[in-house]
Amino acid sequence: MMQELLLQNLPALLLAVPMLGAFATPLIGKASGGARNLWAVAIMLATLAVAVLLTAQVLSTGTVVYTFGAETPDLTVPADSGGIPIRIIFTVDAMGAFMALAASFVGLGVMLYSFASASRSTGQNGYYALLLLLVVGILGMVCTGDMFNFFVFLEINSLAGAALVASRVDKGVAVEAGLKYAVLSTLGGLLVLFAIALLYGQYGALNIAVIASRMLFTPLDQIALVMLLVALAMKAGAVPMHFWTPDAYSMAPSSITALLVVASQASLYGVFRVVFTLYGLTLEYATIGWIIIILGVLSMFVGVTMAIPQKDVKRLMAYHAVSQTGYMLLGVGVGLAVLGNQQLLDTYGVIAMEGGIFHIINHAMYKGLLFLTAGAIFYRTGTRNLNQLGGLGHSMKWTMVFFIIGALAIAGIPPFNGFASKLMIYESVFLFNPLLAIIAMVVSILTLASFVKVFHSIFMGPRLPEYADVREVPAPMIIGMALLSLLVILFGVFPQEVVDLLITPAAGALIDQGGYIASVLGGA
Amino acid sequence: MFFNLPFIVAALLVILGIITMLIKRNLIKMIMGLALVEAGVNLLLVSIGYRAGGIAPIFTSAPDGVMVMPTVQAMTLTNIVIGIATTALLLSFVMVIYRMYGTANAEKVRKLRG
Repeated sequence: MMQELLLQNLPALLLAVPMLGAFATPLIGKASGGARNLWAVAIMLATLAVAVLLTAQVLSTGTVVYTFGAETPDLTVPADSGGIPIRIIFTVDAMGAFMALAASFVGLGVMLYSFASASRSTGQNGYYALLLLLVVGILGMVCTGDMFNFFVFLEINSLAGAALVASRVDKGVAVEAGLKYAVLSTLGGLLVLFAIALLYGQYGALNIAVIASRMLFTPLDQIALVMLLVALAMKAGAVPMHFWTPDAYSMAPSSITALLVVASQASLYGVFRVVFTLYGLTLEYATIGWIIIILGVLSMFVGVTMAIPQKDVKRLMAYHAVSQTGYMLLGVGVGLAVLGNQQLLDTYGVIAMEGGIFHIINHAMYKGLLFLTAGAIFYRTGTRNLNQLGGLGHSMKWTMVFFIIGALAIAGIPPFNGFASKLMIYESVFLFNPLLAIIAMVVSILTLASFVKVFHSIFMGPRLPEYADVREVPAPMIIGMALLSLLVILFGVFPQEVVDLLITPAAGALIDQGGYIASVLGGA
Repeated sequence: MFFNLPFIVAALLVILGIITMLIKRNLIKMIMGLALVEAGVNLLLVSIGYRAGGIAPIFTSAPDGVMVMPTVQAMTLTNIVIGIATTALLLSFVMVIYRMYGTANAEKVRKLRG
């Protein structure tokens, strides 16, 4: 009975657990710091458990819908509502479940890492509460089936993220980055709301499935599409709206940066959800597909060229994050460009999308890992300047190993996970347009070059006198990093299993607009 | 024309707000621009929800049970609340920046480069 109740309400629990945790954290923190840390990690573990159960449910029984406040969760269209769903509905398909799983896993790694990395700073009660709220924002964005609900979670995501970026005031510089991030994300959020208002005005509904089923692609819809794409691509950090990423990523505490990467990817998920599910075949998919491809190629190239001259290790990694986002846009953009053509879709479109989606989770793992190693170096040395660092390989062996794993993964070297997803992208994009695949490979080589430089200047060389007393970081930080590197290696060694289990259903769910609509509105 | 007036005003407010954010150098004025954008969006939402001769969804004032569904009004209220939280957070950021840098001029608040 209890178990049944639990399994029936998984989508609600996925948000309720971390939200309850977030607001109870400061109260528990008043009593004792240790109890608060235990509470926070217990909440994060519970969230991960719910995400795993939910993913299993989605993979075995198909899209899970959850209607808030209805007599039974699957009662999406009440008998007396005139045929439209009036309640807020969560629609968790394979894509959403996949994102939720990735987010809660990175969240757990970040939480463990924070025990050590945040232990010397003030305001820890607020820090853990905001961390959990950021997770709530991400999970809400990827699970909801309601446009306005999506906006609300986008705002939770932005506000918690901005507050965390600014949390280590750092003579005001971090607050400057936080202000920039908050202003841009709020403006983006308002654009999203404007677009939602335009859609509601025409279709009288907020539910994504209902709007999608009535979509006519009028001029107003096109304006709404542009607004949604601009705002969400900005939040995802795609060129030319990437200028906030290096500031926010470099000034946030490293643990938070790892989670901000996932928060950006929730916006990327928003882009995909809008073009595939909300608009689907009604939009001129070839044109929009090419726009996304061009955004992706620009992001890849501008990101990596801006990264090479950087002196600050976290700024450098932030530009690489922009560059890697380009791969995801490229892969999924190719899938969108051939959406209407079943034959091309079967030949390479689906593989390209799978590569792009696989890259999302891989990126979350190895980029999170890299930011955590940068944080570990900053934790012990107090500087992020590459010119001042050196010779740390003698004293921080574990950090060095984790850095090597992350760096090889981001450069796409086997047997790490970056190779698996990049290979899928190269192969399929080459069939679509060889030039794009060549650009993608060149960017990968530049990425490798850049990380070789970083590795050399941080870890190689003789032991420097100013870092003579530098030791390895505390155990919680190592555990957090080890957790992520384990997955980096596992996903790299068994890519086929992961693709079959998670990625193929996710790509299928994005393409299958009819299935999404049917899961909410019923019928075939 | 008259029927479209609220929509035109809403779009104007949004555009004015964005222009304010772009040309003003004082951080507080930039945030005021953001508040203008928000007001424009709220106005758009409320005007979309307006039904001429509609009856407010209060059971005692709708004798035959026909009422306006207040979805958009609820959205506006939610957005106002979110707006308050955002503005408060942004203004507190400006406060800290002013305390640390001694200025709220966006041209001087530029320690992050590259």
